[in-house]
Amino acid sequence: MVSLQLDRVEARYGRKVIYADVSTPPLPGGSLTALVGPNAAGKSTLFRRIAGQLAGAGEVRLSGTDKASLRYMPQDTGMNAALSVYESVILSLKQGRGGWRLTEDELHAVDEILQLLKIEALAGKQLAELSGGQRQLVSIGQTLVSQPRVILLDEPTSALDLYRQYEVLEVLRAYVERTGAVAILALHDLNQVMRVCTTTIAVANGRIVATGPTLEVLRPALIRELYGIEARVETCSRGCPMMIVDGAP
Amino acid sequence: MSTQDTAIPASAAHPYHRLVLRRLVVLGGLALLLILSVAIDISVGPTQYPLADVLRTILWPGEAGVQMRVVVWDIRMPVALMAVTVGGCLSLAGAQMQTILANPLASPFTLGLSAAASFGAALAMVMGVALFPGALTLMVPANAFLLAMAASLLVFGLSSMRGVTVETIVLLGIALVFTFNALLALLQYFASEQALAAVVFWTMGSLTKATWPKVFITGAILILCTPLFARRAWALTAIRLGETRAAAMGVPVRRLRFETLMLVSLLAAVPVSFVGTIGFIGIVGPHIARLLLGEDQRFFLPGSILAGALILSATSVLSKVLLPGASLPIGIITALVGVPFFATLIFTHGRRQW
Ligand SMILES: Nc1ncnc2c1ncn2[C@@H]1O[C@H](COP(=O)(O)OP(=O)(O)OP(=O)(O)O)[C@@H](O)[C@H]1O
Ligand SMILES: [Mg+2]
Repeated sequence: MVSLQLDRVEARYGRKVIYADVSTPPLPGGSLTALVGPNAAGKSTLFRRIAGQLAGAGEVRLSGTDKASLRYMPQDTGMNAALSVYESVILSLKQGRGGWRLTEDELHAVDEILQLLKIEALAGKQLAELSGGQRQLVSIGQTLVSQPRVILLDEPTSALDLYRQYEVLEVLRAYVERTGAVAILALHDLNQVMRVCTTTIAVANGRIVATGPTLEVLRPALIRELYGIEARVETCSRGCPMMIVDGAP
Repeated sequence: MSTQDTAIPASAAHPYHRLVLRRLVVLGGLALLLILSVAIDISVGPTQYPLADVLRTILWPGEAGVQMRVVVWDIRMPVALMAVTVGGCLSLAGAQMQTILANPLASPFTLGLSAAASFGAALAMVMGVALFPGALTLMVPANAFLLAMAASLLVFGLSSMRGVTVETIVLLGIALVFTFNALLALLQYFASEQALAAVVFWTMGSLTKATWPKVFITGAILILCTPLFARRAWALTAIRLGETRAAAMGVPVRRLRFETLMLVSLLAAVPVSFVGTIGFIGIVGPHIARLLLGEDQRFFLPGSILAGALILSATSVLSKVLLPGASLPIGIITALVGVPFFATLIFTHGRRQW
């Protein structure tokens, strides 16, 4: 079983320390983990640190896998290279692999991921011609195509319509259930978090303020502390938990 | 929908194979045009030779007349091939600079590498200063190379600093161009008449002084650098998706940038030191390759080389045809013909890649 654990991790931009010392229990694979927190809380920073793009003391412990199998999707989906969607996904798959030739298996993997995300019709389109949501879907495709065991997705649904949000989260959930991969998703929509994420990490001001089962983390007191918003979690008529926002106190 | 899964047939039918095939055809077409252009370049001159005779002399030099053989092999062929190697080097240098700096304006010319090289060469021609002690016979190219290297290190140092944007780098490049041009002017001011003429001729860019050794050296550099880039093809392509994204895919961005800039200095400095400043190849060549082939380095890399070589070769022909007998310095033609051509290209092509 794959798992990821932060052990006294520090993250900084040059001399500017964002996280001084944060730790988590082992985050299990096989289900989705949410990373929530207000703007500028440090979600993207934590991802960069885990992905090895930022300096800092401490250790990111992976068990059951290694760094080579980690993929990180940055929040910014801007891509302007003169490449087609298909080429950009191939590119992600071929990193770290030798050879200019593509095997049938590799082509199949790319076809499969495009079908999974229902963007096979975009295959021949140029990246520069994509809409914002299409860009995000392609970005997700680039992240998943190499079958990573550890996935960090920075706001994967922020540009998607209602249907695509649902689809993508279900695809991700199915992926981790099938492969046992660790997936951490930075999300702002707490209803989405409650629907699909088993575990939630809440961050604010360079601290991890809570880690645990989603429903235990997302309590009114914490929501108030994080966002300065009054909200409650109620059970809808079909039995699923919903967050209802009452307004600023 | 439900039959889709099994409907991906083996081999050739896959749309991606068709795309690859199309690109290979484009590359082949560029190569053919290049060969044609070189042949025309060799046949055109003070005395015109029919293409067929030229080809025969190239393929079977033993059977040609002495005069024909000397003109084709010793006089025109070095010039024609120099256009190919220099065009290829400069275009490849521009392509990779644009790739690693994420900037369509990056080229050896616009980022001050060529100006630095000019100043270095002039330092040797005017003052007899060798920056590389000992390399007296290679003083001009050695100086040019060292200064181009220094300029590119400066660009690299700046581009990897925090908070530096692509625009800042271009601004620094322009500042470098102005600085080295001013220094060059200063040298020219103090130069003897003979040295001045040499410097002026040099800065106009000309292929006429091409010799076989120069062709071999520039060719060797192109042949040396190409596989080094080719090995990093996937990583270089990934950099065009953005630094963070490339790093997220496991590309060692900083190291790749550094290595690429080193190779680019070599690719830019050496040709410039032999033929002087020939502008715009480093911008136009990669742009044509990008329009025709996209930015997958497996096609973009050879495409840039071929496009640059083709443009300079065609310009070499033009420089002889435009004013028969005069053989205009090629640097002038690339700017005069290249710029309007380039502008048309940009305006007629709707797609925005940058
Ligand atoms: N490249 C950088 N250099 C310096 N400081 C940075 C850099 N990127 C982010 N920061 C700072 O780090 C802190 C955390 O930013 P981060 O991008 O991680 O927030 P976030 O939680 O992802 O926010 P959002 O929800 O808006 O995406 C902020 O104070 C921000 O100003
Ligand atoms: Mg963020």
